[in-house]
Parts: sequence; structure tokens; C-alpha cells
Amino acid sequence: MSGGSGHFAPLGGRLFTRTFAIASVLFLVAAVVLAQRFAGGLGAVANINDGYPWGMWVVVDVVIGTAFGCAGYVMALLVYILNRGHYDPLVRPALLAGLFGYTLAGVAVIIDLGRWWQFYNLLNPELMHGDSVMLEVGLCVLAYTVILWLEFAPAILERLGLRRAERIFDRGMFLLVALGVLLPTMHQSSLGTLLVVLGHQISPLWQSQLLPVLFLVSAILMGFATVVGEAVLASTGFRRPLERDLLGRVSRVMAYVALVWLVLRVVDLSVRGAFPLAFDGTVQAGMFWVEMTLHVVPLLLLASPAKRNQPPVLFASAALLLAGGIVYRINAYLVGYDPAGGTWAYFPSVPELLVTLGIFGLEVALYLLFVKKLPVLHRPEAHQA
Amino acid sequence: MTVNRRDFLKGAVAGAGAAGVTAAAGPASALQRPTPELPPEAVGLLYDSTLCIGCKACVAACKDANGMAPEIHRDQRPWNQGTWDTPQHLSADTLNIIKVYRHGTMEQKDRAENGYAFIKRQCQHCIDPSCVSVCPVSANTKDPKNGIVGHDPDRCIGCRYCVLSCPFGVPKYAFNDPFGRIQKCELCNHLPAGQLPACVDVCPTGATLFGPTRKLKREAERRLAAAPGERLHVPRGDIEGRVGGERLGHDAEAARYQDHVYGESELGGTQCLMLSGVPFDKLGLPTDVPDYGYPAEAEGIQHTLYEGLVAPAVVLAGLAAVTWRNARGKADGRPGDADDGPDSGDTGGGP
Ligand code: SF4
Ligand code: SF4
Ligand code: SF4
Repeated sequence: MSGGSGHFAPLGGRLFTRTFAIASVLFLVAAVVLAQRFAGGLGAVANINDGYPWGMWVVVDVVIGTAFGCAGYVMALLVYILNRGHYDPLVRPALLAGLFGYTLAGVAVIIDLGRWWQFYNLLNPELMHGDSVMLEVGLCVLAYTVILWLEFAPAILERLGLRRAERIFDRGMFLLVALGVLLPTMHQSSLGTLLVVLGHQISPLWQSQLLPVLFLVSAILMGFATVVGEAVLASTGFRRPLERDLLGRVSRVMAYVALVWLVLRVVDLSVRGAFPLAFDGTVQAGMFWVEMTLHVVPLLLLASPAKRNQPPVLFASAALLLAGGIVYRINAYLVGYDPAGGTWAYFPSVPELLVTLGIFGLEVALYLLFVKKLPVLHRPEAHQA
Repeated sequence: MTVNRRDFLKGAVAGAGAAGVTAAAGPASALQRPTPELPPEAVGLLYDSTLCIGCKACVAACKDANGMAPEIHRDQRPWNQGTWDTPQHLSADTLNIIKVYRHGTMEQKDRAENGYAFIKRQCQHCIDPSCVSVCPVSANTKDPKNGIVGHDPDRCIGCRYCVLSCPFGVPKYAFNDPFGRIQKCELCNHLPAGQLPACVDVCPTGATLFGPTRKLKREAERRLAAAPGERLHVPRGDIEGRVGGERLGHDAEAARYQDHVYGESELGGTQCLMLSGVPFDKLGLPTDVPDYGYPAEAEGIQHTLYEGLVAPAVVLAGLAAVTWRNARGKADGRPGDADDGPDSGDTGGGP
């Protein structure tokens, strides 16, 4: 992004660390499973079935993965739209998280599609079905992935020393940033709208016309949590000074977003009179309370300004909020879902989990590669904010 | 954007309130789009559970007509050589299935208490079909004239959103085939013209009847109007006696029916209708549902936000203007931000 050359620098250092090795092995294992998937069909490795046609790969890799990827989205929102230049040091790392979150979600989609070789039909104007929420999600995610790469391109161009190309990008950046805010707003809410058409198949604890709003706010929340968590991790992992003051301010915004989500969620449940279901002792009710707890506890942790500046507290609340967002999505898509026509069960198989782990491993390996070789992290001496 | 979002919130909250927990009947929201009309030449099936004898001739005939393999339950593999087809659910190899409701001693047919009843499940050919609404690539389509909901595998990308969203659990995907496809009943529209749907063709009792949905509905109402035990003439094949030729009907005693034609109003109505002696929820059919299809709700939200892509375009213009102004402000060297503005030109430089 137009962060400007010179503010960011490659971390350098050895690439083949232990973390990198583990991440690579995870990826290789996943590749073996994927060979089986393409040779024998989805059923050869995954437990998805005609009652639960969407499993881990959709819910975790796509729905949850892109929510993690909202780091780039919320930072663009803050830095550029709200003209808060001082969040700059966090921008490129956030963008990178978004880049991988979305690119690998795209990879997961191809893996999961039952007729992947006809994927291009999504881009055929004659076949596009405008009423389909799925079309909007598919096209938006695709477009946003491209935008993310373009937004990140200056970091690569800077590294390659292509100053002129970099300046061209900077000039068009305002449009990329605007698209980078619009597209996630559209599809992150649509990931909620996707479930509206399931009607009674989703428990009233989650089914709601507010789903698009709840999913959007929750994605913003997870974006903030990713930024905060990533910043703390990068500073301890790479032994760099923490952008403490800055993070304190970001986490304050994060706390407000969490509050907004909780209020919306509770008001929606009470207006629809769905609360009694939370006390009927079912698995669904239990998972509902897990989801609630994971949102309330970090809010309490972040309530005091003094605590908000301590890295352990920051990290804990970010991690809890991420867990909360994850559980909310698993609840809405799987736990709260009762398939029509028959008794069905779903729990991910080991190979299915291995693929998700492998994609995560690839994400970590690429992240390490990028921050070490490209100007992503903020130069420590370049800020006295 | 803000205006839209705010209006949208208002509508959504009001809608959520009216919908209630159980999604009771009645329009739920200002966002909802209307339910479509029954197509002019809509055709379908009338299944009368009280006439069904559970012979499953229709299950076998459906497999034949669609070239599908028998399904053998895992427990039967050692001894069932494939001569006995025993599917448990609809699947990519079973587009039509007869299931049985049983209770207690199962003494009497078509009774909820200590009784049993049959139910035939296949595509309902909804008036407002979820499977069509959700498909991103128009692989599922509803014929504008006869209303048959068909599927085109050459378009389908295999996202399985239709499998997930059909309220009757109908479309199925072949998970164990590397090039698997979606399968669903298409009312046998692949058979040569003038041929009855295979399941209707073989039905010995007329429990499954073919015909224009409007006529089938009148037939269903005629049966409901009869007093239990009254002699009723029951047609077989095509209610109009045209497709598949004239067939002899037979006389039967009117059963003790549930006073409702299933599919008349459920989820916006379906072209396949059902009659039963036991409550429909006991047969595994969704009953606590609104009288409009769920697509009316989901598409309503979608249209409000994205109609003609006007709202997104306006928002994009606004966002672009703001970022452009901000970027220019910084390039002009305007102070005020903690970090100095980007693009200050030639300072810095690559490593
Ligand atoms: S029953 Fe299911 S598959 Fe058949 S038309 Fe309705 S939504 Fe589509
Ligand atoms: S699986 Fe195929 S038919 Fe079903 S919604 Fe997806 S693309 Fe359409
Ligand atoms: S109409 Fe044809 S495909 Fe549909 S259930 Fe009957 S036999 Fe099977």
C-alpha cells in the first residue's frame, strides 16, 4: 500500500527454521491427501455426506479463513478511510495476513468443489445467476484476492527496485483501497446471508435476518484480533519492540466492536424470543454459551486502559476473540444445522483435518518467507509515534 | 452506503421480530420479495399415502428409468448380492424412495398410535425452489411453463449449496465419484414425450398420480371431502388420461385423512402434493414452516443491497473519493499525522 518506501524493511535471517520445516511437512502431508481426493472423489477422504454437504473445508478454510484475512480490510478501513496515518506500521503485516487468508481460501474452494473442472462457469455472464448469494460471494472473494495482491505489489516492486512501477501503483492506490474496503464488506456479510435461505434447518439460536450484519461485524472483530495477535507474536517471535501505544489504541477499537456485536446478538435473540433455547440443555445450547463466553471474557479483559497495554492481556483477548469468531461460525454453519430428510451426522475425518492443517502450514511458511525477504515489517527506528 | 445499511438494519430488525422463533406463517419482513405464481401448465404428482401399499415398484422403476445402480446397505453386503435394492435415503443413486412410519404395535395402517404409514419422497418441484435460487451458475432451472425443476450437470460447479439448502433434502451429490454430479428427480422429463413418469407408470393403486397441479389439487380436495369409509373412484396414471394413455381406475374406501393437502401452501407451495392419514411431521416432512419460500427472504436481502449494483457503485465512489482526498492531503505535505506522509518522494529508497 502507499506506506512509502523506506518505512518497511525485510527481516532477513535464516529461512529454514524449525517452524518453517514443520509448516512445510504439514503441507506435504496435505498434498498426499489431496492426491487421493482428486483420484477417488470427495468421499474418499472427507466425511461430508448428503446431510452435511459442507464440512471443514468450507466452514474452516473459507468462512473462518477469510475472516482471519479481514486483518487487511480493517487496517485499510482505519488507516486510509478514516485517515489515521499513524496505524501505518501495522498495515503491511495485516495486508499479508489478508493475502494468505484469501488466496488459500480460494485454493480450498477449488479443492472442495465437486465439479472443479467447470469452475470457470462462475465467470460466464450467460450462466451467472444474480439472485444467488453464492455467486456474489464467489466473485467478490475472487476479485478481492486480486485486489489484495495488487495492494501488496508495492512491497514486491520495492524489493525488486522497480521504483517507477511502484509509483504508478501508489497513484492508483486510492481505488484499490476503496475496492479493498467495499468487497469484504459485501462478501463477509454475504457469508451470513448464505444461511438465511436454509430457514428452519438452522436453529433459531443462529438463524436470523440479521445474519449478514452479525457476520460482517464479527469479521471486522476477527480482523482486529488478527492484527493485534499477529503484532504481539511477531514482536516476541522476532524479538522486535512492540508497537505498544499503537496496539493499545487498536485494541480499544476492537473492544468497542466486540461490544457492538454482543449487543446486536443479544437484542436479536431476545426480539425473536429465541433465548429459551439457550437453556434446554442440548449440545447446541452448550455451544451457544461457549460462543458467548469467548466474546464476553475478552471484553472484560480489555475494559481497563491500564491492562489494555500489557502484551499478555492483549494477546489473550485477541486469541479469545478469534476463538469466539471461530466458534460462532462453526455454530451457525454446523452445530446449529439440522439437515432435512433423515438422520445424518458429521465429524471431520483425519485426512480432512490434515488438509486444513496443511493449508495452515502453507500459510505460516509463506508468511515467514515474505517477512524475511520482503519489506513487510516496520523498521523499528522509523517510528516514535 | 451508510443510508442503505441503516435502512437495511431497520427492516431486518422489524422482520426478525415479526418472524418469531418458529418462523410462523405470514410475510416476515419488509425486505421480502413476493412468492412467484404457479406456472400456467404446472404438472406434478399427487401421492396419497393411504392408497400406498409399500410395494416399492416405483423405487425400482425410477432406478430403471434413470439408469441407476442398486444400493446395498453396509450390514447386508455379506449376503445381499445386489438383487435387493435397499437404500436408506435419497442419494445420487436413488431419486425416489418409500419410507415407513411405525409406532408401537403397528396394528393399523394410516394411524399415528400403534400404527404405520408409508411416505414417498422425491423432488417436490417447488413453486419457489431454493435449489434454483441458490445456484450460482443457473445449473438448476425451473421451466417457465410446466414448472419442472431440472438440473444441467454441464453448468454445475459442484458447490453443493443446493444440497444444503433444499428444505426437503432432495438434491444429492455423488461423493464417491471423482467426477461426481448432482442428481435429483426431474419428473422424468428425459423420457420420450407421451410417456408417464416411471414411478406413476408402475403404481398399481394410483397412490402416485400424475397430472396438472391444479387438477391434482382438486382431486385431493375431493378425497378430503369424502366421509371416511365412503366409496371413492380412484384414477391411475395421468389424471387427465392423456399422458401414457387412458387407464382403468378402481374403487377404494376413503380413508381417515388429515384435513390438509401437503404442498398446497408449505414454503410457497409445491407442484407435487400429498395426502396422509397420519400427521405430516410424523412422515418426516417439514410442517412448522412459513407459507412463503425461504428464497423470498434471502433474495429480498440480496436485492435490497445489490439491485443493479447501484448501492455498491455509490459506496465505491464515496470510498474512492475519501481515500483519494486523504492520499492527496498527505502528498501535499500536510502535517498532522504521527508518521510522515507517504510518497514524500525520493527520501528513503530501497535497501
Ligand atoms: S424439493 Fe428441493 S430440489 Fe425439488 S424443487 Fe424444491 S428445492 Fe428444488
Ligand atoms: S452444486 Fe451445482 S447445481 Fe447445486 S447449487 Fe452448486 S452449482 Fe448449482
Ligand atoms: S418422476 Fe421419475 S425421477 Fe421422479 S421419482 Fe418418479 S420415476 Fe423417479
